[in-house]
Amino acid sequence: MAMFAQSQTLHFAEPLLLQSGKSIRAYDLSYETYGTLNADKSNAVLVCHALNASHHVAGVYANADATIQEKSAGWWDNMIGPGKPVDTNRFFVIGVNNLGSCFGSTGPMHVNPNTQQVYGADFPVVTVEDWVNAQALLMDKLGIKTLAALMGGSLGGMQALSWTLQYPERVRHAVVIASAPNLTAENIAFNEVARRAIVTDPDFHGGHFYGLGVIPKRGLRIARMIGHITYLSDDVMNAKFGRKLKQSLRFDSYKSQNHTDAYSYTTQEVEFQIESYLRHQGDKFAEYFDANTYLLITRALDYFDPARKFGGDLTQALAIAKAKFLLVSFTTDWRFSPSRSRELVKALLDNNRDVSYAEIDAPHGHDAFLLDDPRYISLVSSYFNSILSEINAKIRTEATA
Amino acid sequence: MSDFATMQAIAQLVPLGSRVLDLGCGDGALLAHLQATRHCTGYGIEIDDANVLACVQRGVNVIQLNLDEGLALFDDASFDVVLQIDTLQHLRNAEVMLRETARVGRLGIVAFPNFAHWPNRLSILLGRMPVTRRLPYQWYDTPNIRVGTHADLRELALQSGLNVQDSFGIQEGRAVRFAPNLLAGTSVFLFSR
Repeated sequence: MAMFAQSQTLHFAEPLLLQSGKSIRAYDLSYETYGTLNADKSNAVLVCHALNASHHVAGVYANADATIQEKSAGWWDNMIGPGKPVDTNRFFVIGVNNLGSCFGSTGPMHVNPNTQQVYGADFPVVTVEDWVNAQALLMDKLGIKTLAALMGGSLGGMQALSWTLQYPERVRHAVVIASAPNLTAENIAFNEVARRAIVTDPDFHGGHFYGLGVIPKRGLRIARMIGHITYLSDDVMNAKFGRKLKQSLRFDSYKSQNHTDAYSYTTQEVEFQIESYLRHQGDKFAEYFDANTYLLITRALDYFDPARKFGGDLTQALAIAKAKFLLVSFTTDWRFSPSRSRELVKALLDNNRDVSYAEIDAPHGHDAFLLDDPRYISLVSSYFNSILSEINAKIRTEATA
Repeated sequence: MSDFATMQAIAQLVPLGSRVLDLGCGDGALLAHLQATRHCTGYGIEIDDANVLACVQRGVNVIQLNLDEGLALFDDASFDVVLQIDTLQHLRNAEVMLRETARVGRLGIVAFPNFAHWPNRLSILLGRMPVTRRLPYQWYDTPNIRVGTHADLRELALQSGLNVQDSFGIQEGRAVRFAPNLLAGTSVFLFSR
């Protein structure tokens, strides 16, 4: 039985002061919830999304005739749902779309209430900390004071971590997967290449393209292609595509006696399957993603650096956290490598915080956090079981007290 | 070390309320026991996926790490006690890890199978590598890549400049203080830097 999801939106009239000093007012946050909040509101889990995802974390959307919409499964549907590692029969799970995104919450494609013009490039720069503040306001409206767990992968993991620093009293557990305490220079460099691809697209018009009937799709495509390369590992790409030619999709040319003859000797047409794959991913992405959103979210990634206030001392930065942590990294993830997760582990150890850390030997690179590795899945499942035992023990103690 | 009596004997050596680091913590049974009975806190280190999962299931903090890569994650004297229970014999860098144990812990406790226990000696005398309850592996499939004796460990500890506070054997869950090198299947050392 499929779990049907429904997108909801709440309006926030009060201005939200942003880290940059600017503020945003009269904004919407889109979110979804799954499962039921228990009587003492102690079973809420907030799931934070990464670069290109949304508040549609789990479940499927229904058509008007109550059938399942095709390809409408949430981005973490393998992890979250009834009977899944984060079991929505037991937990009340919330997914929220961040400010500046393009899936329902207020973003650059919406009208700025101060000017009555579409924001475009004037949408204020938002940071991980700003998102967390907005998420906290949403939790207030939903009547949730304390979260049983924060959970996220990659940029989502940064938000989970930031919650434990901004609202230490409101977080019991933080599950931080394939994440990092900040981006490395190489990581910022990849983001910058992607941003330049978008900004230099003639259809970008400085970010004010909405009224012009154009979309900077070329830039978005290239941004996505670069991103995609960095989310995979060399090994998995070789296993999946190797040097296979696009032609061999049509006939078995690669296996022919002198397969070099199958080359088209072209510089601009697709020759290898990996090219075809990347172009396809780029095309798909450019159809639904917003160019200004891409700039905003990659910038939020770049700016995140909780140790900065402490002269780069991560141990000092994490001293305020009270949550218990589960950290997971994947051995072939070179974008958010295990060594970055170990920095977080060390800072938590130095502060004597409860932390468990698993380094999953998976071949899939950064993408592994969205995939079904049985070790990873059982680990998260066991961790959420222990969270549930804690919740139930607390309810029992309070009942007998 | 699955034997409950032996685990209890080791646990007795850990001061109440200690902050403990358990190197090669297995399924986390000893740490869970220390938390429940000796009010300890701490972390286990494990390389094996199944053991990491078992620790999380028990609610024991576990850090997945290859001990052969060292203990760079841990500062000097950052733990009251560092345990190395049935771990040393699996490590390539056994000597380095012995010193690292003393660096990170104010007290180091090492336990490992004593190859000089008399049944092992007898077996060697008869021309065969020992296969016993304590050393259940055949010579060709043993994970014990460092085969040593109680006397050998003392020698290494002294050579490494460690301050041996106590040493004895454990056999059938009981401390063996008379001729442990001959009479005990497990060798135990308590040391500091």
